[in-house]
Amino acid sequence: MTVKELAKKLDLTYLSCEDKAAKREINGCYCGDLLSWVMSKAKEDNIWLTVMGNINSIGVAVLTDVACIILTENAPLDDNAKEKATENDVIVLTTSKTSYQVAAEISKL
Amino acid sequence: MEPIKLHYVVSGNDFTCAGEASGKIKRELKGLGFPNDIVRNVAIAVYEGEINMVIHAGGGVIDVEITPECISLDLIDEGPGIPDVSLAMKEGFSTAPENVRQLGFGAGMGLPNIKKYTDEMIIDTEVGVGTTIHLKVYIK
Ligand SMILES: Nc1ncnc2c1ncn2[C@@H]1O[C@H](COP(=O)(O)OP(=O)(O)O)[C@@H](O)[C@H]1O
Ligand SMILES: [Mg+2]
Repeated sequence: MTVKELAKKLDLTYLSCEDKAAKREINGCYCGDLLSWVMSKAKEDNIWLTVMGNINSIGVAVLTDVACIILTENAPLDDNAKEKATENDVIVLTTSKTSYQVAAEISKL
Repeated sequence: MEPIKLHYVVSGNDFTCAGEASGKIKRELKGLGFPNDIVRNVAIAVYEGEINMVIHAGGGVIDVEITPECISLDLIDEGPGIPDVSLAMKEGFSTAPENVRQLGFGAGMGLPNIKKYTDEMIIDTEVGVGTTIHLKVYIK
């Protein structure tokens, strides 16, 4: 499945790089807010669910090669983080649902 | 082949810059055609090192030497040093302040992650003088 299909199914809103979504394949999912933890555990092509929308989250997404970040519970994306996401082709999406709710929906796909 | 040498400066107290060096090293290694898992492991180790320099040591420098057999990294700072290295190496041990935790850091996983993702890790540290971490990742 691609990020674009995922975004449509889960009714997610794009905060960056919508143009990259159709080509980005996803595989698996990881939830977490502690960046070191995420960095050591998230796998390439995972969907990453978090409430951390700062510039360092984008750094972690780049290093781990996750497919996209979904900011849950309407957690904000900082302006400088948005800039860095665009620069580095990191797709960021947002939803009002909790990480638990989104993960539960993903597991049914 | 001559070894490729790279040098990066990590500025202190600036979280917005942390990740610059690891990002650049990652691109460099990818460009040189190193396998994905090697590139990822090195990038994670350097990122944790960079973050530690910013949080705990007021910045530092990173020297990289790349040969087809081995990637060597020296993370050098002139910060406060680490008084008890074996304690600092424990998963979950952290002296990071609250404002740093709010950014998602300070889980005490940095040094253990660096160890996990490299083949050799030597910490040279002296309280009041600074810390140098020597890392090697071998290409099998
Ligand atoms: N470069 C450094 N200079 C001084 N102290 C350090 C440095 N790197 C790590 N430390 C000490 O080791 C502890 C553990 O580091 P780490 O495992 O990266 O966890 P964290 O950075 O999340 O606190 C830090 O909280 C700090 O006390
Ligand atoms: Mg650390």
